[in-house]
Amino acid sequence: MSFTKSVASAAILAAAAATAADARDQIRVVGSSTVFPFSTAVAEQFGRSTDFQTPVVESTGSGGGLKLFCAGVGTQHPDITNSSRRMKEKEFQQCNENGVTDVTEAIVGFDGIVMANAKGGPVFAVTREQIVTALAAEGPLPERWSDVDPSLPAIKIEVLGPPPSSGTRDAFNELVMEEGCEGAGIECEGITIREDGAYVEAGENDNLIVSKLEANPNALGIFGFSFLDQNSDVLQGSTVDGVEPTFDNIAEGDYPVSRSLYFYIKNAHVGVIPGLQEFANEFMSEDAAGEEGYLVDKGLIPLPEEQFETISGNVASLTKMTGDEWK
Amino acid sequence: MVDMTALTDMHSGEASRKRIARRRAAETRLKAYGILALFLAGAALVALLGSVFTKAGGALTETYLTMPVTLDASEIDPEGTGDASIIRRGDFTGLVKDMLKEQFPNAKGRTTRRELYDLTSAGAPFELADHVAANPSLVGETITFPLLASDVTDLYLKGAYGNFVAKEVEGQLTLSEDGDAYRVSSTAPDFEVALERVKEGLITEARKVRGQARLQENGVVEFTRRAEAAETVEEREKNEKLAEARAAARDQFLAQAVDLEARAAAPGGDEELSEDNRSVLINVAGSWLKMTRITPAGGIAEPLIPLDGDVSVSDDWQLYTTDLPEASRKVSDNQIVWIEQLRDQGRVDVVFNTRFFTAGDSREPELAGIWGAVVGSFWTMLVTFALAFPIGVLAAIYLEEFAPKNKLTDFIEVNINNLAAVPSIVFGLLGLSVFLGVFGVPRSAPIAGGIVLALMTLPTIIIASRAAIRAVPPSIRDAAVGLGASPLQATFHHVLPLAMPGILTGTIIGMAQALGETAPLIMIGMVAFIVDIPQGITDSASVLPVQVFRWSDFPERAFEARTAAAICVLLLFLVVMNAIAVFLRKRFERRW
Repeated sequence: MSFTKSVASAAILAAAAATAADARDQIRVVGSSTVFPFSTAVAEQFGRSTDFQTPVVESTGSGGGLKLFCAGVGTQHPDITNSSRRMKEKEFQQCNENGVTDVTEAIVGFDGIVMANAKGGPVFAVTREQIVTALAAEGPLPERWSDVDPSLPAIKIEVLGPPPSSGTRDAFNELVMEEGCEGAGIECEGITIREDGAYVEAGENDNLIVSKLEANPNALGIFGFSFLDQNSDVLQGSTVDGVEPTFDNIAEGDYPVSRSLYFYIKNAHVGVIPGLQEFANEFMSEDAAGEEGYLVDKGLIPLPEEQFETISGNVASLTKMTGDEWK
Repeated sequence: MVDMTALTDMHSGEASRKRIARRRAAETRLKAYGILALFLAGAALVALLGSVFTKAGGALTETYLTMPVTLDASEIDPEGTGDASIIRRGDFTGLVKDMLKEQFPNAKGRTTRRELYDLTSAGAPFELADHVAANPSLVGETITFPLLASDVTDLYLKGAYGNFVAKEVEGQLTLSEDGDAYRVSSTAPDFEVALERVKEGLITEARKVRGQARLQENGVVEFTRRAEAAETVEEREKNEKLAEARAAARDQFLAQAVDLEARAAAPGGDEELSEDNRSVLINVAGSWLKMTRITPAGGIAEPLIPLDGDVSVSDDWQLYTTDLPEASRKVSDNQIVWIEQLRDQGRVDVVFNTRFFTAGDSREPELAGIWGAVVGSFWTMLVTFALAFPIGVLAAIYLEEFAPKNKLTDFIEVNINNLAAVPSIVFGLLGLSVFLGVFGVPRSAPIAGGIVLALMTLPTIIIASRAAIRAVPPSIRDAAVGLGASPLQATFHHVLPLAMPGILTGTIIGMAQALGETAPLIMIGMVAFIVDIPQGITDSASVLPVQVFRWSDFPERAFEARTAAAICVLLLFLVVMNAIAVFLRKRFERRW
């Protein structure tokens, strides 16, 4: 009977799968969707230029990645997680409770968060205080930019940005909302972004924001620097606190809205999963995340020389986190 | 007894005619609404497909730069072993870089070098390595090899950064050396047009700056008003200060605008060209010059590709102005002239992009292909079918033919119908906690995806199968049992074959739904970057819709075309699946 056969084969498949899960010779990386484009580039290069298998990189978001990463030691758990923010103390404790005690932290580089609108729209030069006044739910909820400051264009406030689930949004809150609230005279405690339609959550996909901006020159978008870089023919970046969002300004640390990008290594897996140490070294090599590396072509803003040396050293020697990082 | 006259009056009077006219008008309107709705739906579909197909066109061809590469033995195989694995480790990236430097010796400085190396794809050296490893006798030779062009080169050639066309020139070009650069001039007013374009740019810029000045002026007015209306001295002083600051900014902008306008209006003129201006390039005697200053008669030009020998006068030259300034495009002037020179030398080949249909995923758009996702989808669908079809059909047969009608079967029935409406992400969560967590099914593998999607399509298959079985007339069962068949034989030999077309149609529609799912796969790790083509159901794999979803999220412009092409492949899959369903229905359907 063909039916009994297919049922039997399904059962065999399940059994085969269960045994196949025990051994693993492929590095598994999870985590931030912001670091994903860089991590995948390293994985591909690593797979091409070494005899190890190409690592599998998943885009789960920073929080989701850390959750998977901290679930335990063993081949069913990922070896590396990418994050567009630093691991929180709570997450580190979670890791420790599950036996993931030896974790190495690495900063890969920076990512600037830019505000931009379509070329042909008005030129925006804003300060962080003005952004907070315009976007804070606890603020005066102005209708137009000119209500925020008379020297801003008299157009409706329309900002397309990331949803709360995104790391970009977390960083924007931290670097803009929480920095500019005092100057804007708004209570900093529990400041949130308004939800009356002036701020539109445009989904996780930055390309979508770019095409929406092209369609509506009066709208401003919030996204990562690499998307401004790739679409410089149709977009103009807004200056924030008088600094233009250029590669050099972000690399020098002059541009105020930039964040570090991280990845975390599970030291217990080094030596168990073939190529893990080599992969981490490749990520922090001069060829990849260095000043002239191929990740810079992909839109990563490299670390200053000294910091880069230190972190490369930490990765090479697997310097583990002590738990005092948040003191 | 009906009063006929009253009826006749009712149906032939003025009022009745009006009623009928109204009714007919209502009918016509309804028809019009229907046609309009159809038209709108059709237009939406055409717009959607049109935009996808036109965008996908960019992924149909790929570009190769055919270059002479010297396979230096000391870089590849110093021992002369001829062993493929040793050759593959050779520094082919270095060889390609050396070759490019040799081709364009004028490329000096870090930035320019980087631009130069970006002409070819990062994958090109690896293809060269494979070629040499397959033919070890080539080591030490110089071969012409088609190197895959980078995405920027490819996009430039496809016109993504604006057109690059020569303008008619009439005069004779005169060149004289001036340090590192050249003074150029023409006997005809050839440069005037280019200068006009620069001046247009100045006017646009001036308009922008005036706009900014106007905004500052708004600030001055507002703060002055506030200062006058201020209650306290402090308040007034604060606002006056603000007004002053705005006034200073305004004056600065105004001065800038006035200067720009004056420059644009002045006859003649002598303009610096920066990266914010459209580039003006000269092609003469096989070399390329870029204008840095421009006057109506000529200007200063620096060589991007230096002149061979001493050219001082030439009739045969072209003047180019780019559509976009250098600052607003990913392709630099240097890259443009290198590509144009290679094109003139006949080294640029555009061929049909077979790679897209045979390669796995990649972070380089020019290397990325759909095959990995197609194979991943195939394995996943295979697992889904192997699980969902037998289980679904047998469940339907039992419920329809053998199950007693009682509270329990009613309860099961209600649950199956409810399952069909459960959001797909829930199945993903279930898969993560049960199959991955408890049973240890490998993450990211088609088997995990297949199991989850099988759960998702089960209700669809069960409901469709039950309907198909129910549609088989009872007479068939009665006849079979009457001739001595057991209930089991009656079901499997007679009812099931007759219900099969309906069952298959339902199954295929369910599978098509599963093919387009991404949400449950996020949970079980199939939304991942996987380069290798999966060899079986336990290898890591991705699927077609996930590929679309991920490519659409990468910043590189060239992924746009790939995303659209991947959507086309997915649509093709769905069309084929639905066509099979329609065919089966047409071919085997019985009318009772």
